[in-house]
Amino acid sequence: MVTALLAGGLAGLFASAVQTWRVVPLIHEAELYEQSSAAHGHPGVAHEHANHEAAAKAAPAEGHSHDGSAWAPADGVERTLFTVAANLLTGIGFASLLVGAIALSSREPDAREGVLWGLASFGAFSMAPAVGLPPELPGMIAGELVARQAWWALAAAATAAGIALMVFVRQPWAKAAAVALLVLPHAIGAPDGGSGGSVPPELVARFVTNSLAATGLFWLVLGGAVGGIYRRLRD
Amino acid sequence: MTNAVASSRTVAVPARLLPALFALAFGAFMVFGVGFSHLEAAHNAAHDGRHAFAFPCH
Repeated sequence: MVTALLAGGLAGLFASAVQTWRVVPLIHEAELYEQSSAAHGHPGVAHEHANHEAAAKAAPAEGHSHDGSAWAPADGVERTLFTVAANLLTGIGFASLLVGAIALSSREPDAREGVLWGLASFGAFSMAPAVGLPPELPGMIAGELVARQAWWALAAAATAAGIALMVFVRQPWAKAAAVALLVLPHAIGAPDGGSGGSVPPELVARFVTNSLAATGLFWLVLGGAVGGIYRRLRD
Repeated sequence: MTNAVASSRTVAVPARLLPALFALAFGAFMVFGVGFSHLEAAHNAAHDGRHAFAFPCH
């Protein structure tokens, strides 16, 4: 538990710094396209973004929101602080999952083995879901939210289980089952996305590479920290 | 020698099962709370982090 809090906090802070530098500016840039296309009644983003302009007019200081009546942090320092808080909680959550998985494996990793755990987690929680559901910017077209969240969770769980079987169980059947688990979410297929979003493809491409790189760094730091602290607290 | 090294790095599973499951449940709760909650206020507060971590958002 202490391991998860310390390692998750550290990795969450680190991710916040990298994201603030390389990722969040792209999100804010995309919101300008999203808002201007909503204002001009772009047919592709008519669904739930139509009230953006109204919300922006009613409360110009408010940050991003789908619903003018809902609370949102004000743009600037407040919004950044909430993003850091969300990253800390995300870091602690992922660290706790990692600590649980390490305990189940009965291993006692050091920082170097922890980095490998982080790399595997990056595969399970970032790369595998991103293959079917690429990182989204505001204003991009995507399918129904609950279906996408369910597929994201399936892809992450199946990939994590597949990697664990591949690494920790030596029997041939385990390798076959691992391959089946790794392929399963992609054989099922992610919910249909869409096309015709309002964000320029160049911006999307930069966002995808930068956000995945930032998440990869987050996982390396998280894995190394979990491994290092976990071992030390047991000694 | 190799066996001794290997066994020093492993601990019996049952003693750790409950804390491990608790850690997994807590972690899943946190990640789903930050990344998946449909509450408008939760979505708005965690918005940029959700996009950056590639959680399905909108």
